Amino acid sequence: MSQNLFSEELNAFVDEWKDKPGNLIMVLHRVQQEIGYISREAADEVSRRLNIPLAKIWGVVTFYHFFKLNKPGKYNIQVCLGTACYLKGGDIIIEELGKQKGLNVGGLTEDGKFSLEAVRCVGCCGLAPVMTIAGEVFGKVTKDQVAGILDKFS
Amino acid sequence: MAFKNYILVCGGTACESSKSDQIYKNLVEEAKNQGVADQVQVVKTGCFGFCEQGPIVKVLPEDSFYVQVKPEDAKEIISEHVIKGREVTRLQYGHQVRKAYEEVEDIQFYKKQKRVVLRNCGKIDPENIDEYIACDGYKALEKALFEMSEDDIINELKVAGLRGRGGAGFPTWMKWNFTKQAEGDVKYVVCNADEGDPGAYMDRSTLEGDPHSVLEAMTICGKAIGAHQGFIYIRAEYPLAIHRLEVAMKQSREYGLLGKNILGSGFDYDIEIRLGAGAFVCGEETALLQSIEGHRGMPQPRPPFPAVKGLWGKPTVINNVETWANIPAIIVRGGEWFASIGTADSHGTKVFALTGKICNSGLVEVPMGTTLREIVFDIGGGIAHGKKFKAVQTGGPSGGVITEENLDTPIDFGSLMKIGSMMGSGGMIVMDEDDCIVDVAKFYLDFTVDESCGKCAPCRIGGKTLNGLLGKITEGKATDEDVAQMRQIALAMQKGSLCALGQTAPNPVLSTLKYFPEEYEAHIRDKKCPSGKCKKLISYSIDPTKCIGCTACARKCPVGAISGELKKPHSINTQVCIKCGVCKETCKFSAISVK
Repeated sequence: MSQNLFSEELNAFVDEWKDKPGNLIMVLHRVQQEIGYISREAADEVSRRLNIPLAKIWGVVTFYHFFKLNKPGKYNIQVCLGTACYLKGGDIIIEELGKQKGLNVGGLTEDGKFSLEAVRCVGCCGLAPVMTIAGEVFGKVTKDQVAGILDKFS
Repeated sequence: MAFKNYILVCGGTACESSKSDQIYKNLVEEAKNQGVADQVQVVKTGCFGFCEQGPIVKVLPEDSFYVQVKPEDAKEIISEHVIKGREVTRLQYGHQVRKAYEEVEDIQFYKKQKRVVLRNCGKIDPENIDEYIACDGYKALEKALFEMSEDDIINELKVAGLRGRGGAGFPTWMKWNFTKQAEGDVKYVVCNADEGDPGAYMDRSTLEGDPHSVLEAMTICGKAIGAHQGFIYIRAEYPLAIHRLEVAMKQSREYGLLGKNILGSGFDYDIEIRLGAGAFVCGEETALLQSIEGHRGMPQPRPPFPAVKGLWGKPTVINNVETWANIPAIIVRGGEWFASIGTADSHGTKVFALTGKICNSGLVEVPMGTTLREIVFDIGGGIAHGKKFKAVQTGGPSGGVITEENLDTPIDFGSLMKIGSMMGSGGMIVMDEDDCIVDVAKFYLDFTVDESCGKCAPCRIGGKTLNGLLGKITEGKATDEDVAQMRQIALAMQKGSLCALGQTAPNPVLSTLKYFPEEYEAHIRDKKCPSGKCKKLISYSIDPTKCIGCTACARKCPVGAISGELKKPHSINTQVCIKCGVCKETCKFSAISVK
């Protein structure tokens, strides 16, 4: 089973980093990039391959915000709550997403299509408030635009 | 062959989000279609800084500054500007006020700026090493390798008086000198690109616009302290910056500027990228080193300082991106040149990410000593939508607010500290009369509580308690004793926390308490939120003299809290109302008010 869990490229990456000091976070990034989150099975596999105790891996995964423990939706929505976006109404966008799709921060829609994350500063504060869906950035978003933006992804 | 025109398209994150990539492609395509591909060169550059007006396109040699460009404008830029030599006035900045700007330097946004760190941003193609070299790139490295001794390099930084731009302002030359003097065969150089401060993107833009300047500086440091390996610790949330760094490193290796025997000098040096994973505390140097080593990013007690015992226990220099980007310019132009810019306390320039309720959001670089008023009102163009200025926040979650009375403070490390804020890494967030100061303090506390690593009690427990008390205030349940308790906890956190995150976490609370006592009092004694932000403390009401009974609000209200007959004034049942504000937005007669 463990043979199929990771793709060939991911296995090659793990092999390349196996003996480098401080490899754990780099490997976890690569795993999440491929699978979308750090599943229990993936963590087990990393533990075995890098010879690092699972407890330590879990400690690292839960410490850092970037690592996800749950499978994200087909389209992951990120709403920026950096200071500039917060002042300009990032929280209103989150509220609106709740109304439109019944989404809470960290949640997933029943059909598995959308998941919602609140993030810190996407780095384009000039466009505040900002949200991204599946990597596409939407700037100066108003409450009324949310439904229209979501429609593009259904 | 020289080209007739050069078209520079901003490739910073904000402009790319507004489809600048498509503009670039369309320009190349149109030039080809209209048969002038050999006369024009289209270049994707780093950030121009004027993010508010993006996407930005600049055409040389006329220096035409086009703003809010759309992909479909490419055709006209080629046919009018390049072929017929007529500037496309409708795209020029300021055309709305019938005042097309002759020179970019005349634009108010750029007038008081001085670009040292961002010298190449918006000027060169960051993915082309030749353009960097053409702008004096790697000249500093050459000088450092062949003309300067280790001590010469460190001394140049001492003469320059460069202080760390990450927040604390520690003299860079001293860090380097301690590390050089530390015993050990293996030493490391680390670039802190874990820009975690919410609302700040200076380092991201520097790396995206001029990655080679950081690589060059880190290599110079390697020579000065005797290190052969550098690490760049960068946020995983910055994919474009990571990509540009990778391209830059590859090109440097091909040119023999990284790797074995650099430029034939016999000096070996290479750089590796390590990704952060979204932990604000990793901006603290000892936590950052833990993270590079693959652990949870928990700060360690200092001393020993990283200069003595850093990465994997070896002497290590850590500087942040902006500090690094200054260094090649200092080596090429000399420490005295750098020291001539700024104030006696702080030399050089500082980059700020000017955001919030301001007309011209963007990235600005000013000489130290520029006043806040100049930044907010001259460069930033004042408050958007004609609202009243309330405060500007610097230093992010570790800093404080600066009010009208202190706007003429010159910006340098010492002066900002004196008025209860700090330089920080460069976030500068402008607030207007609609922003509730208690809510802002709570926003920062929410942040630091969430980001506390949990290692030491003052930060872990103190932060949570402090945040709870702020919550009581925003809900109208607090008393004066709670404020006294907040002050006590704040003091304990400042004195007892292990790292700067905990020590500075109470700053937003203390500084808002100092400058806006009346706003806290309104929340505590009158149970009112003057700016109408704290939901528990506001109520909506309908002015019967203005309401015409159109029923629009009653139909929109999601909880049926509004009642009344057609063509007669309506009223709101405050017991049922959930304060969502839909009615106020719906009303066309301004009959609904919040108090």
